[in-house]
Amino acid sequence: MPPKLLTGNAAAAWGARLAAVDYVPAFPITPQTEIIEILGAWLDSGEMPGRMVTLESEHSMITAAGAAAATGVRVFSATSSQGLLYAMEMLYTVAGWRAPFVLVNVSRGLSAPITLEADHNDVLAARDSGFLQLHCADCQEVLDSVLLAYRLAEDPLIRLPVLVNLDGFYLSFTREPVSLPEAEAVRGFLPPFDPRDIRFAANAPASQAVAVLGGGPYSYFRYEAHLAALNGVAVYERVAAEFNTLFGRQRDAVECYKTIDAEIVFYMIGSFSTKAREAVDRLRDAGQKVGLVRPRLLRPFPAGHVLTAVAGKQGIIVIDQNLSIGLGGILYTELLASLYDKPGAPPVVTSFIGGLGGRDISPQEFYHMLTITRQAIASGSVPPPRLLYTAGELREIRKLQAIAQVEREETAPGQGPIRDSNTAQETPRE
Amino acid sequence: MSEQRINRMKDLPSTHLLGTGTPMCSGCGGLEALHQIYDVLGEKTVFVNAAGCMTLLSVYPFTPFRGSWLYTAMASAPAGAQGVRDALDILLQQGRLRPEEDLDVVVLTGDGSANGMGLSATSAAMDRNLDFLYICYDNEGYGNTGQQSSSATPHAAITSTSGGSCGYPGYKKDLFSIWAAHGPAYVATVIGSEPLDLARKIEKARDLQGSRMIIALAPCPTGWGYDPKDSVEIGRLAVKTGIWPLKEYIDGQVVHTRIPHERAHVEDYLRLQGRFAHLFTPQADPAIVADIQARVDSYWDKVV
Ligand SMILES: Cc1ncc(C[n+]2csc(CCOP(=O)(O)OP(=O)(O)O)c2C)c(N)n1
Ligand code: SF4
Ligand SMILES: [Mg+2]
Repeated sequence: MPPKLLTGNAAAAWGARLAAVDYVPAFPITPQTEIIEILGAWLDSGEMPGRMVTLESEHSMITAAGAAAATGVRVFSATSSQGLLYAMEMLYTVAGWRAPFVLVNVSRGLSAPITLEADHNDVLAARDSGFLQLHCADCQEVLDSVLLAYRLAEDPLIRLPVLVNLDGFYLSFTREPVSLPEAEAVRGFLPPFDPRDIRFAANAPASQAVAVLGGGPYSYFRYEAHLAALNGVAVYERVAAEFNTLFGRQRDAVECYKTIDAEIVFYMIGSFSTKAREAVDRLRDAGQKVGLVRPRLLRPFPAGHVLTAVAGKQGIIVIDQNLSIGLGGILYTELLASLYDKPGAPPVVTSFIGGLGGRDISPQEFYHMLTITRQAIASGSVPPPRLLYTAGELREIRKLQAIAQVEREETAPGQGPIRDSNTAQETPRE
Repeated sequence: MSEQRINRMKDLPSTHLLGTGTPMCSGCGGLEALHQIYDVLGEKTVFVNAAGCMTLLSVYPFTPFRGSWLYTAMASAPAGAQGVRDALDILLQQGRLRPEEDLDVVVLTGDGSANGMGLSATSAAMDRNLDFLYICYDNEGYGNTGQQSSSATPHAAITSTSGGSCGYPGYKKDLFSIWAAHGPAYVATVIGSEPLDLARKIEKARDLQGSRMIIALAPCPTGWGYDPKDSVEIGRLAVKTGIWPLKEYIDGQVVHTRIPHERAHVEDYLRLQGRFAHLFTPQADPAIVADIQARVDSYWDKVV
């Protein structure tokens, strides 16, 4: 079948359809809505078997998703941003149930201030929840990742829910050619869900998600989930290799682009990594030996793969499209922790915050980050983390602030509505 | 639909299904009601529970239930029920579950969850006409966390967040009417001290389809401040004084199943409980007691 032009959202919906999901608990939020609308249309027309139910909140949506998976059906759901955080209590809960299902998150910056465009603070807020995480850079990868995610979630060595992340607007609403694998071939890769003994049925009474008394059993079950998640690295490798054989697309846990002879590598996740790829090509044209390391699998954290990818390099440039307020970039701190004391770990790791709320990262900025990192390597002194922000952007925000200030003064209580400049001069204030 | 089979006390189930030795307090009126309810519903059930006292019924690796159990969270047990019901239906439809393996989905929450953070999930479940049974055991406060006021707390009751000389300033929320306003298949109030009335209603609810909603007043020695041996007596007085009307909503009609024509004075009920002691000692507060009585009277004036 020739590739179809699909948005990232449509690719996610196709992933669910090809995975032959039984059940879709839903709740709308921009920029995810298109996913549930497409699935709703297919389910209504009968093009896709299964059932969708619209809950009254994401908290309930994830509860229903986990409960259905715990009863033994294949479940798909999708959300974004505020919705993911609204469901946060249940993300931890259903992961603790060891309920295997796939949740697509369409990244969007978190309120406040409220915005619609992408960054990764939403999905990274779930990084400790027990959901595994796959991060996509293009629309084809969205579809592929949904299929891979089911294999991960349902693997007997894992049995945990999986989040597949795509960036709002940049992927959700961008049409790209996507090849749709044949349903038959997908069935070969992803057979129907076998819930084994985790289900509800009258002839096999079960108590799930019961309380424990004390830290002993609690620690045991939490750590067991952690160990199951860690199994995800090896399982992912096996499953991705199988996927490659069947569908001819290589989906490594950590994507390495022109890294073999690179002296310095960019390190980032998500769709903005395609900008880094582009920058790598241009910088290579200019004689710079650079590359890109992009974790696709972020939970479990593929520490070994990352180390192999960066070992022996002179420096790493970490670009975080997120901000842990009061600490800095999340990828940066996690990467440093994973590299500490490891033989071959690059001596210089620089940290940049970029792309918050969908802010672009320009080719000049990739060049600039490289320059700063080269200087750090030469001087042996690593600069503090910084925000990618141009003088022009600062000028723009200053203008907005000036307007806000004028508006506030002009509409202050007792000042009447809008005054002309003469009256303003007659009533000077301190 | 099966005929109503429980007509007299001697028709009540004689085998008791719920195991003993749970960590509930002695004299727990909620557990008393649950025992009776479980005897009627039986083990082909999955209980979907919200955070509260009853969460401690199933503590690894023990459970008093012969059937199934899923603990969710405080706000979303009805959504958990939705997921389980839908999944069971899907499995039945696909032939992956035999009809005799099907389960009734039963939500079990306290009043805090039902009246507060769980209300939106409950409302939406009824909007979707979810086929489930909801049992709210109403101990009139956040019992598990030490009996703070919930919106089911009655006027003037002392709780751990409304002390002082007046107790809880608000009035108990009318959850029965809020639920009934959704037009579900069935809504009923019950109490463990009236086992026949309770069993008849649970039997009726069991045999209906759609959302079937039960509120059980749950006398709570620990939270209400009385001797555990008085639980049954307090339950009877709640009905005799008219404070806890036993009623059901079905086919758009509210019917009272027990009308206390000669109502006892509310004082008989209030006096037995530590949470109302401030109304009588060191100085009586006749105005508050009269207010409570007047509200009960005005309720029944409209009924009869
Ligand atoms: C989101 C959330 N907030 C608070 C709690 C703490 N909590 C556990 S049980 C409970 C009280 C529940 O009250 P109710 O529903 O009346 O049940 P009861 O404890 O009286 O049995 C509270 C507040 C919780 N588990 N989850
Ligand atoms: S606090 Fe009250 S409701 Fe909770 S277990 Fe004890 S008696 Fe029962
Ligand atoms: Mg309560």
